[in-house]
Amino acid sequence: MKTANNTLRKNVKSTIVFIVCILLAIICLLPIYILIINATRDSISIQRGVSIIPSVHFFQNYKNLMAKRVFQPFIGFRNSFIIATSATVLSVFFSTLTAYGLIVYDFKFKGFAYSFILAVLMIPAQVSGVGFLSMMTKINLYDTFVPLIVPAIAAPATVFFMRQYMKSAFPLEIVEAARIDGSNEFRTFMTIGIPMVKPGIAVQCIFAFIFQWNNFFTPSMLIVSESKKTLPMMVRNLSSDRLATDYGIVYAGIALTIVPLVIVYIFLSKYIIAGVALGGVKE
Amino acid sequence: MASGATLKRRKLSYAKYGYIFILPFFLVYAVFQLYPLLYTFLISTERAVGKSKTDMEYVGMQNFSDILIGSGGRTAASLHAAFIQSFQNTLIIWIGNFIPQIILSLLLAVWFTDASLKIKGKGFFKVVMYMPNIITAASVSALFLSLFNQTDVGPVNSVLLSLGIVDNPVKFIDNATIKRGLICFIQCWMWFGNTMILLMSGILGINPSLFEAAEIDGANSTQTFFRITVPLLQPIFVFVVVTSMIGGLQMFDIPWLFNLGTTRDPDTKTIAVFIFERYSGQLKNYGISAAASILLFIVTGILGLIIFYLNRDKDEAALNKFRKSQAKNSLKGGLGI
Repeated sequence: MKTANNTLRKNVKSTIVFIVCILLAIICLLPIYILIINATRDSISIQRGVSIIPSVHFFQNYKNLMAKRVFQPFIGFRNSFIIATSATVLSVFFSTLTAYGLIVYDFKFKGFAYSFILAVLMIPAQVSGVGFLSMMTKINLYDTFVPLIVPAIAAPATVFFMRQYMKSAFPLEIVEAARIDGSNEFRTFMTIGIPMVKPGIAVQCIFAFIFQWNNFFTPSMLIVSESKKTLPMMVRNLSSDRLATDYGIVYAGIALTIVPLVIVYIFLSKYIIAGVALGGVKE
Repeated sequence: MASGATLKRRKLSYAKYGYIFILPFFLVYAVFQLYPLLYTFLISTERAVGKSKTDMEYVGMQNFSDILIGSGGRTAASLHAAFIQSFQNTLIIWIGNFIPQIILSLLLAVWFTDASLKIKGKGFFKVVMYMPNIITAASVSALFLSLFNQTDVGPVNSVLLSLGIVDNPVKFIDNATIKRGLICFIQCWMWFGNTMILLMSGILGINPSLFEAAEIDGANSTQTFFRITVPLLQPIFVFVVVTSMIGGLQMFDIPWLFNLGTTRDPDTKTIAVFIFERYSGQLKNYGISAAASILLFIVTGILGLIIFYLNRDKDEAALNKFRKSQAKNSLKGGLGI
């Protein structure tokens, strides 16, 4: 009798939980759904009210958007892509190198080096912004991509993650074996170290790329030329007054920046969610 | 004996690679992050002279006293007021988004990890709930500005009007309280999935036999939650709260972008906005901006220490402690104490 009661209660609870989850999923998806629908509607029908059925005006909206020239998604896309790709490659490669150095070798300042990386892990970019901008202006790197790419070499959080990952998934004996076979240290790192930690590298590449792609703070303090602006900086122009009356093209523009990201996310979501979970595993 | 010596020599010769491998990180860190930070400290004691705003003179702690105390003229008083307001805004927006976020994430994490509940499509829900986090904040802010358009064209207003809930379009953006509320909502919308996954991995890290034992002992789900989940989840909970506080203190993108036109009203300016607009915006005042940055650095530094303590390698710390006590003991033994 008691078990039957329990099962019933569990079933009721499961149903309630399911309904809450459905509601939350709707809250997460609805803004994106309305965005996509409105990107396909013309301004006049948007002004008439909300619709849940897509229309056929996307290409017209897109053409009008291009004609206005306040928002140039391809230039923004190209700039964001150049910056995010180079920064991701540098950041993940050098973080793996640093983590490998901290795991494989024994040296006097190893403990200090690791403590230093942990200590600076949480220092936000905002607190040194004034000094960073002044310095970049002085050495003539203002309005260039260099300060957006090169600093990525020092990414404490990525080093932290790669070190944790190597600690659990990298057998040190293999380095010793490579030495006996006459491989030099750097070659061992390139041909054995990197392939052994590929899954960790993949996760970190995804996160570094998303972070760089979405970064708004650093580019907006350093970049002024229209031709060098990144995609997040250009989205700003979409909510400006110059477009305010043609709603169809505003939605089309925003959709161009969100939909590709969502599609890529759907394909990588398994790895992304596993990666987030790994980041939090700290006993 | 001889083999011991060679082993030692070989170990020593490899140590150099350790330094070579970590050198690029430290070099780049020193040039692009440490130096700018120290430079910010320097600027915080300076003030621009003349019209050029590039020549600086030393003013000691003047900038700090301007923003913290504000006595010393009208400029100082207004700076102080603006700083305090931005601090309050940061606090209000952080609390307003974090409390609903943590409640929601904790509930979901407990439900999703409860094996006795049959929830269909768990994987789908996780993917959907994390999704807002990967979308560019600039696009999110532009999207919500369009959805909450203040005229009857805005989708939200048009629904409210057609249902007869309001008679005139709501001025979502002009009303400071609603605008703050919307910023809280957007932050919560973007981050609850992330927090949920972190808490889930924390709960999954708890030994499942404890839950089984509790069930056998006849504990109900409330008892299990408060007696087992909560105490054992504490470290990761602290981690989530503190990282969120650090993130909240530097909240910039949404408060900076969630505006119509280029004027930002004082009710939604956060500390990061206060700092940013004084070196990159129209209100150029490097000294004040640097001083506020240093204050932010100190507060995040204190919070960061908590994370540092949590992240520290437990095995290594225990090993060091063990080595120390061993050394002490052998020393004692050697001395015959």
